[in-house]
Amino acid sequence: MSTSILKKGARDSSTGMVAAFLCVFAVLAILIAGNAADRLMGVHALLFFSAIALWLIGIGLWAGKLGDRDPFDETRYEDTLVKFGVAASMFWGIAGLLVGVIIACQLTWPNIFYLDQLGWTNFGRLRPLHTSAVIFAFGGNVLLATSFHVVQRTTRARLFGGMWPWFVFWGYQLFIVIAATGYLMGITQSKEYAEPEWYADLWLTIVWVAYLIIFLGTLWKRKEPHIYVANWFYLSFIVTIAMLHIVNNLSLPVSLGSSKSYQLFSGVQDALTQWWYGHNAVGFFLTTGFLAIMYYFIPKRVDRPVYSYRLSIVHFWSLIFIYIWAGPHHLHYTALPQWAQTLGMTFSIMLWMPSWGGMINGVMTLSGAWDKLRTDPVVRMMVVSLAFYGMSTFEGPLMSVRAVNSLSHYTEWGIGHVHSGALGWVGFISFGALYCLTQWLWKRKSLYSMALVEWHFWLATIGIVFYIVSMWFAGIMEGLMWRAYNDFGFLEYSFVETVEAKHISYIIRMVGGLLYLSGAGIMCYNLIRTARGDARINQPADAKPVSQPPAAAELQPAE
Amino acid sequence: MYEKLSSFAQTGGLIYFVAIFAAVLAYALWPKNQKKFDKAASLPLSDREPGDE
Repeated sequence: MSTSILKKGARDSSTGMVAAFLCVFAVLAILIAGNAADRLMGVHALLFFSAIALWLIGIGLWAGKLGDRDPFDETRYEDTLVKFGVAASMFWGIAGLLVGVIIACQLTWPNIFYLDQLGWTNFGRLRPLHTSAVIFAFGGNVLLATSFHVVQRTTRARLFGGMWPWFVFWGYQLFIVIAATGYLMGITQSKEYAEPEWYADLWLTIVWVAYLIIFLGTLWKRKEPHIYVANWFYLSFIVTIAMLHIVNNLSLPVSLGSSKSYQLFSGVQDALTQWWYGHNAVGFFLTTGFLAIMYYFIPKRVDRPVYSYRLSIVHFWSLIFIYIWAGPHHLHYTALPQWAQTLGMTFSIMLWMPSWGGMINGVMTLSGAWDKLRTDPVVRMMVVSLAFYGMSTFEGPLMSVRAVNSLSHYTEWGIGHVHSGALGWVGFISFGALYCLTQWLWKRKSLYSMALVEWHFWLATIGIVFYIVSMWFAGIMEGLMWRAYNDFGFLEYSFVETVEAKHISYIIRMVGGLLYLSGAGIMCYNLIRTARGDARINQPADAKPVSQPPAAAELQPAE
Repeated sequence: MYEKLSSFAQTGGLIYFVAIFAAVLAYALWPKNQKKFDKAASLPLSDREPGDE
């Protein structure tokens, strides 16, 4: 049979390659299921096999319906995949925030939300589910979707690799499902933000290397001679996460059929590797990836060029070279040598400058379009995300100072700090990008409802303020209580007294989380209606300011 | 040995970082690159399809 008889859709070899690749893993999963050393591994191997079988059936059905259509037409962008990424981000976002509210309730009312018959509902199982869901499932899908969108538009080239970008997308979802079900069943290697066991880590490594090759391949065939700064940020995110993930997860499984593995490093070496990983997960997952979003979506949405492209270059190189050294500030007053602690602290303080340089560059991109802050709540959301970024990148270096850290470490202050970065910066810039992507990819003139964006914005902003203020209160209070001595030199408070004192703060924190979750729910409704093409009448156009002369309103006397 | 290695690492690290920073500044501020960067700053704003010239 000559190739000309073959239908156009079947001529691309990447679909067959992905299918063959998946078959190999289906066989491996069956082998492991048959030789599972523990029940949990058996469950996971069967889950993995079922997912791959479904996946292969899906590919078969899809390829059968292709007909004469070329699914990987080089003259068009791969937008369908980005749409899937937007949907996945919304789904995991709601799931992760919901689990966050649940565990906030557990901390607030431990007697009500303790179900000793249902081990998987324990705080210890749900807490990594929350962190991984919001960071890796929500944040990761936002990064996948936006990076695939941005790299195509700024290189004027279709994604490289045909079916392989879809492999990355579904492979990443499979990793999330394996990791999440593992936490609930009690599978963990007990490394914060790196809890999944060895087999999940290996699968993620494969998916991630494919992601890197797709990204590099797309850059390689670019039609635009200059590589836009957002792509540099995305590339640093992909490369560094690969490096961090591999080194921090170096471990030996007990056997190939066992879900348990042991770390290669031990003691302080393990701790340093873990926090080199942990802090750079913040630096290169939650910062550089989302700065890439800032450098594309803010200029695009406000229709203004980047304020200073030269600053963006200095921003990029100084940020990545400094961030990688900041990890040891997580290990003040530990067995780590003091000079290494000081090094981590010094680099953390230096980090303030590139962080604020980037923030200023993003905010000043609104030059000449400041009115959009008033007229377009999506722009306001992204600019407020930069304000939270500036705030948490000031608070972070402050907390990394050893003397401050002696008060703040292990307290709720740390939790508040993380959430001002995560809810304020990462969440808001992601929501901004999701609003933009839904409107642009489904080719709608505007979102379904700008009023609902306003509701989302204010509910979420008030939620964050509740969250961080209550955690400042709780954190500084418990930090002071822990170090209080009485006249005889004994500790003034027992530990449980310091826990009891936080009860009101915990309630306020839970309310803040609930407000934030409600806002995200409103966003989902709005995005679904936008994608379906429902338009509201009397919609204030987000591109143009209202027709009444704004000068008249602004010149009213203050009294 | 430790003293030698640490002083090498500290001095070397300082020189290395200052040199990299100087190189980045020179690249970013080099007058010849100005035009290219001005063009790049507006790169997200274009709405062209793949392959458009």
